[in-house]
Amino acid sequence: MSQPLPASITRTIKDTLRHLWSFPGGIKLSGHKSLSNHQPISTAKIAKQLIIPLSQHIGHASEPIVKVGDKVLKGQILGYASGPVSAPVHASGSGTVVAIEEHLIPHPSGLSALCVFIDTDGYEQWIECSPLISDSSSTDDNQEAVTHRSIATLSSHQINQQIANAGVVGLGGALYPSAAKLNTAEKMHADTLIINAAECEPYITCDDVLMRQRPEEVILGILLLKKVIGAKKCLIGIENNKPEAYQALLNTISGYNNSHTDAQIEIVQVPTLYPAGGEKQLIQVLTGREVPSQGLPMDIGIICHNVATAAAVYHAVYRGEPLISRIVTITGSAIKQPQNMEVPLGTPIRDILNQAGLDENKVEKIIMGGPMMGFSLPSIDTPVTKATNCILVSEKSELATPPPAMPCIRCARCSDSCPMSLLPQQMYWYAKARDLEKVQDYNIFDCIECGCCSYVCPSNIPLVQYFRYAKTEIWDDERERNKANIARDRHEFRKERLEKAKQAKAEAARLRKEKLAKKKALDAEQAKEKEGLSQSNDNPAKSSSADLIQEAIARAKAKKAQQQSQKKNTDNLSEAQQKKIDEVNERRRKKADSEEI
Amino acid sequence: MLFGILAFIALASVFGLVLGYAAIAFKVESSPVVEQIDALLPQTQCGQCSFAGCHPYAEAIAAGEAPINLCPPGGENLIQSLADLLDVEVLPMDDEEDSLQGPTVAIIIEETCIGCTLCIQACPVDAILGAAKQMHTVIESECTGCELCVAPCPVDCIEMIPVKQTVKNWRWPEPQYNANNKEAESIFTTLDHVLAENIRP
Amino acid sequence: MFLAQSSPFLKPELSVSKMMLVVTMLMIPGVLTAIYVFGYGVLVNIILAIIFALTFEAITLYLRRRPIAVYLKDKSALLTAVIIGVALPPLAPWWLTFVGLFFAIVIAKQLYGGLGYNTFNPAMVAYAILLISFPAEMTTYWQTPAMLASQFEGQTLSLLETINFQLFAQLPAGMTIDALTSATPLDIVRTAVLNGSATIDEIHAEGNAFGMLGGIGTEWVNLAFLAGGLFMMRKGLISWHIPISLLATLGFLSLLFGSFELDSNPSPLFHLFSGATMLGAFFIATDPVTASTTPRGRVIYGAGIGALIYIIRTWGGYPDAIAFAVLLMNMCAPLLDYYTQPRVYGHKADERDDEEAS
Repeated sequence: MSQPLPASITRTIKDTLRHLWSFPGGIKLSGHKSLSNHQPISTAKIAKQLIIPLSQHIGHASEPIVKVGDKVLKGQILGYASGPVSAPVHASGSGTVVAIEEHLIPHPSGLSALCVFIDTDGYEQWIECSPLISDSSSTDDNQEAVTHRSIATLSSHQINQQIANAGVVGLGGALYPSAAKLNTAEKMHADTLIINAAECEPYITCDDVLMRQRPEEVILGILLLKKVIGAKKCLIGIENNKPEAYQALLNTISGYNNSHTDAQIEIVQVPTLYPAGGEKQLIQVLTGREVPSQGLPMDIGIICHNVATAAAVYHAVYRGEPLISRIVTITGSAIKQPQNMEVPLGTPIRDILNQAGLDENKVEKIIMGGPMMGFSLPSIDTPVTKATNCILVSEKSELATPPPAMPCIRCARCSDSCPMSLLPQQMYWYAKARDLEKVQDYNIFDCIECGCCSYVCPSNIPLVQYFRYAKTEIWDDERERNKANIARDRHEFRKERLEKAKQAKAEAARLRKEKLAKKKALDAEQAKEKEGLSQSNDNPAKSSSADLIQEAIARAKAKKAQQQSQKKNTDNLSEAQQKKIDEVNERRRKKADSEEI
Repeated sequence: MLFGILAFIALASVFGLVLGYAAIAFKVESSPVVEQIDALLPQTQCGQCSFAGCHPYAEAIAAGEAPINLCPPGGENLIQSLADLLDVEVLPMDDEEDSLQGPTVAIIIEETCIGCTLCIQACPVDAILGAAKQMHTVIESECTGCELCVAPCPVDCIEMIPVKQTVKNWRWPEPQYNANNKEAESIFTTLDHVLAENIRP
Repeated sequence: MFLAQSSPFLKPELSVSKMMLVVTMLMIPGVLTAIYVFGYGVLVNIILAIIFALTFEAITLYLRRRPIAVYLKDKSALLTAVIIGVALPPLAPWWLTFVGLFFAIVIAKQLYGGLGYNTFNPAMVAYAILLISFPAEMTTYWQTPAMLASQFEGQTLSLLETINFQLFAQLPAGMTIDALTSATPLDIVRTAVLNGSATIDEIHAEGNAFGMLGGIGTEWVNLAFLAGGLFMMRKGLISWHIPISLLATLGFLSLLFGSFELDSNPSPLFHLFSGATMLGAFFIATDPVTASTTPRGRVIYGAGIGALIYIIRTWGGYPDAIAFAVLLMNMCAPLLDYYTQPRVYGHKADERDDEEAS
């Protein structure tokens, strides 16, 4: 270019000379990137049968909403997000749902998970896409201005809803649903958007070719992301071993930066040192700040997205297309034509390997992801998922089957290379002894499993596997403990319930008995009371039988006396009569006295 | 001679006082040992230890009435942690066979169930739902795999099935060595432990 | 059955065996210089040491039921043997080497658990035990350096004569052991200074202790080990922390005390280029198994060794001090590792202190 550079570009170039920080440790690796990054992105043939796992993200698996026998169109939703941290899954080809069942998924465990099987019809018939804004990829002179204006017309919520519906997840490997991440970032007012374009793992070039060949998509996606969170600053971190991609982005950005000052995006080249593409490391290199332990970048006002995620956001908003395909690097010395391929999700890995030319005699190991953090595939009949950034097919000389591990000689090469400043030699010691408490004291949960320590270990100790083992054991212990606690509570509750029931029963029995007793007593009382009513009121006191007799006697006497007092006819009697009467009375009295005694 | 004796008496009393003071001033309050043991037990309430549940077993261990190796669901790990807690010898599992099985959960074969509620009464954690003459079902997430519901069922419609391994509960295996080295490593591990406990930080 | 195997899958760049081999190779310049200066005895020592080391290693591995081939191939016994061979007096009788290697390999290494599990540097355990048990042999069998042989009319031995002496204690007719050997420069200076029999200047005048940089003869050996050591550092086989802090501390202390009493303290250069300073700094103190592993820990570890070397050389009972200094710091390594843990990414600087306080 002979023309003088526009101001924005000189500014951007100046900005690339901005002060960079560094992270501790790290290792230099040979990239092997030129194997696959020269060819244009090819397109995978549509497979006869697509196997689409319902869980292609962190969080809850999607809930299937199609039935066996349903006809589906390309882009049609197969399963909806089943929680705040979840993402929908879409059909990546038109055809018929023939089964919804468990199938091997690409996962280090070699386990199965629920997948939707679609027999494709080959028509590739799309559902009706509803983009939020149009790309106007016409020859409009003021294209950027139009685009930008149209982004400005959208609300943050609107864009994020579109991203959520499209099932976009972090394509850098984390697979965290992007919409959920953006939501939190917006709420926490993240002011810096960092785009991870470092792609530090050897062999992988899918982001590299994406940036080289589709820089527009990346930049527009970034503008959208920026809009959603309302970030003031945006930095793209790219390793300096990708000059072509850097240049492509730079050219595209200069247009936008020129026309809109608030669209300012800085692109920064960072030194090629594994693992510069680790989220925490990239943040440290670009800003000199550290994400707090157990925290998120948002805690320091930063949100980090991958370039491929940005491109997926572009597709969701400008084209209305859900995330149903991704660029996969197919590389390794056992591949005849290493290349990058746009592959519909759910395509069996066998298909794309065949398309790229697999040299079956040479195959030693098939790895999904890079050689540092990927995993050995349990089978090539597993499908491509949102996580599949690279399929590395190695020959024997390329990747080693681990030689027998020797004892640790405490050379500290591991801790010298650890980008997190951990002490792998100590963590190994305790992980091997299954001392899960001590291993946490040495901050095992800060380990990012980058593999530097295992790579430099002269004793070939599979340190990363020890740490993964220890982590999953700790999680398992935690689950067990939680389960035990729930069981204890439920058992205590049951015991209490049974005790209560028993008490209630005993209480009821007692009550019944009491009631019976009361009734009896009541009856007796009533009888007594009746009797008491018939007796004189002047004698309410309870009386013994002797008293009763006395009373009876008294009553008899009183009666007699009454009778006597009432005998008026004896008043006027003769002396003889009186005498006789007296004698009789005397006799009676004597008799009565004798009786009384 | 006399000086020596006096000196030692003086020293002894000074240190005795210091220790006595330390014992009071720096006393470590810890939760009762029964609760600590109970916290380690798996809470299946299965009674395989011959006690009526986990808490009674914890009480028996604390009282020294039961050995620490009676709990098959807890397995070797439990024995190890109990041995650590109580500072006693690690014992081999009492019934080796049982401990080899992985965790299981009960399922009710619904076609056969007659709705007798006997299993509901047997379940120590109320993990079975149902009513008389209604089909019963096991809440899988609450089932501890204690097998106490299996025996009471008059129509044998309860089966124990292994807990399904999924991507979520999968664990990375401990790294394996080749045979040549493995033998060596197994002994290293014990030495590791000794060193880890005593020498290395 | 599919068995999960974790990343990374890249071929490891280094193995223990290769590491030990390269370190041993980088001792060759120093060893050759030592043979030139001290005669064929050094070579005989090294060969005997290697034979004994491998034999003891194989026997103990067999008794411990360890795979013999795997552990012999790691070449750690080879390195120990070469270090002992070059550290022993050049005319040491064979049984001295035998006893030394027995303690190094059987007691200090294998009984502690073999490679990677020993707390103390095996070569230095052997050296310390020999020095304590056989002080006469360890100090008197130093052949007069080649540079002094003519000056003192000392006779030199051919390779066969050396072997004959070391294995069968027979000297060619007319030669005496006293005529062949002389005290090492460090010994001469220490004795003179401790007894107050001569000042530094007087020793200088005598011309049997001081060379151009350090001790006469040993300065060249030290230079050769320095060269090998710097190459190791460049290649990233050892980190700079231990050697640099060791040499800096030793130099600083000798400068500090030397400037107070010029009469009785040799110069820093003498300390740095005499005895086994460079061998110790680059090849012994950096033994990974027994050294501290954290960056700060390694600096303190190296500085500790440097300080102890100066202290023992100046005020102690032995002419050189590498062995005792290294063994004493070996004991501190676990503690150093514990208290000098680096701050982990995303943690606050004083987090560990908080944890301990709480």
